[in-house]
Amino acid sequence: MEEIRVLAPTAILGYGFPLESFNRGLKYKPDIIAVDAGSTDPGPYYLGSGNSFTDREAVKRDLRIMIKAAKELNIPVLVGTAGGSGGRPHLEWCKDIVVEIAQKEGLNLTVALINAEFDKDYIVDQYNRGNIEPLYPVAPLDLNEIISSTRIVGQMGIEPIIKALDREVDVILAGRAYDPTVFAAPAVKAGFPEGLSLHMGKILECASIAADPGSGSDCMLGILSKDSFILEPLNKKRKCTETSVAAHTLYEKSNPYELLGPGGIIDLRETKFKQIDNRRVEVKGSRFVKNEKYTIKLEGAKMIGYRTISIAGTRDPIMIEQIDSIIADVKEMAKENFANIKAEDYQLFFRVYGKNGVMGDLEPKSKLLSHELGIIIEAIALTQELANTICSFTRSAMLHYGYDGRIATAGNLAFPYSPSDIKTGEVYQFNINHLLEIDNPVEAFPLEIIKVGGENDG
Amino acid sequence: MGKPIIEYAEVIRSKNAGPYELTFDIIFKDRKIYERVKENKLINKNLISRLYGIEKDQISSIIFFEPARAVKITIVRPLSAGAPGERDVYGAQQHVPLLSIEI
Repeated sequence: MEEIRVLAPTAILGYGFPLESFNRGLKYKPDIIAVDAGSTDPGPYYLGSGNSFTDREAVKRDLRIMIKAAKELNIPVLVGTAGGSGGRPHLEWCKDIVVEIAQKEGLNLTVALINAEFDKDYIVDQYNRGNIEPLYPVAPLDLNEIISSTRIVGQMGIEPIIKALDREVDVILAGRAYDPTVFAAPAVKAGFPEGLSLHMGKILECASIAADPGSGSDCMLGILSKDSFILEPLNKKRKCTETSVAAHTLYEKSNPYELLGPGGIIDLRETKFKQIDNRRVEVKGSRFVKNEKYTIKLEGAKMIGYRTISIAGTRDPIMIEQIDSIIADVKEMAKENFANIKAEDYQLFFRVYGKNGVMGDLEPKSKLLSHELGIIIEAIALTQELANTICSFTRSAMLHYGYDGRIATAGNLAFPYSPSDIKTGEVYQFNINHLLEIDNPVEAFPLEIIKVGGENDG
Repeated sequence: MGKPIIEYAEVIRSKNAGPYELTFDIIFKDRKIYERVKENKLINKNLISRLYGIEKDQISSIIFFEPARAVKITIVRPLSAGAPGERDVYGAQQHVPLLSIEI
């Protein structure tokens, strides 16, 4: 095999892509179609709750197009971090979508499911053996954090995916996977260098974001040979430039020269980006350096309570001038009113948009210039009822609070909604971001092969 | 010296680097400016510490990335993404103090 062609339709499964770009990609006769489906960026709720942050219909639309095309070309579709966070419920959710597509389209599919969620007792055992280390800047793991976590996943490397490819499947749904792996695994299996395969995967996992103009909802093609790879955006309106590709390489990472992943790092010190025509860039020199120990990243989230919020605005200049002291007084009123409730059972926050709503303590501007302020009152408590109660009390206390010099005595807040208080449900927090040393990068991620669709199925 | 950085930079952005760190990218339009900023250490821990009102030990790294004419600044997030009291889950709106840099 001289080269391997990888079609990356979209930055996140469910973000969509134009059919014209996708069909242009198919003309290149790709060897695989791969897509990353997840991220920790939308926050801890999705990992903790088991829900996807992408929409089911949107995911189904993207997958249907990809699977039908791949079946015609007799190539595999690979999905990394299925369901957004890659835990068991996320994988199951994505599997159900594939089953529906197979039945609707009359396709017989062999599907590989790779689990990336760990049982807590396994993690406790690994902790007791001293196999878990913190990943900067988090503190060493505490046994209580493992026990209180709702869900823990590990980022798989290319090895479990290569094992699934050995089984000649049509679709691979991987649980939590290091983003570049679904693009790189088929290439490494075919004998291409790991460093280039993973670096190409690192760029393709965001599809056309690395092009100019960038888009997360458009297709990119990667062509990998033994000593370089070429990137080509599949929408004629976009082009790859040395700058757009190099700039993307540093996106979302703390150190662009050393990208840490399962089992080692992608070393970009010798990487060269070269414009080969006005739309394509060639990349050379990226290397993979194996670590002595094979480690994978663990991600965990725990449930910490329930949230109720109230959104309001104020336009009164006399109130705006004193906003900090008003908030402090209202907080004190809530504290006194709920003196019977343990302080650790609830938290109360005010977010003041127009002052420091976006940056909080990092906000360098101290002088208030806004003629109006947006205020979110937020209560997090052990039960939804308690969150409702705290939010409700605080909202009414602020609405009628008699601040110094008040002349607008009918009410201090403008509410855009009725009901004014919005229950947002369970609240999660990330609590594990650590490295686990494993002996066998394949066995840690169990593989299941299922057959779906066909006339006699479902 | 003394011109606003936005005259020299084509990208100034912030983003999560995982849930526990924020990373800032400044990509310069011109390699000469990039070299000047790099050689003269115009972007350094003292400056970032002052702009964001954070201790220097909260700055993970400042790395110049040759191929993209870029400097990357990474700091420890005051709160992990989505934690109670946190304000910017994606970390995408924390770049603004960098716009006041003059070079």
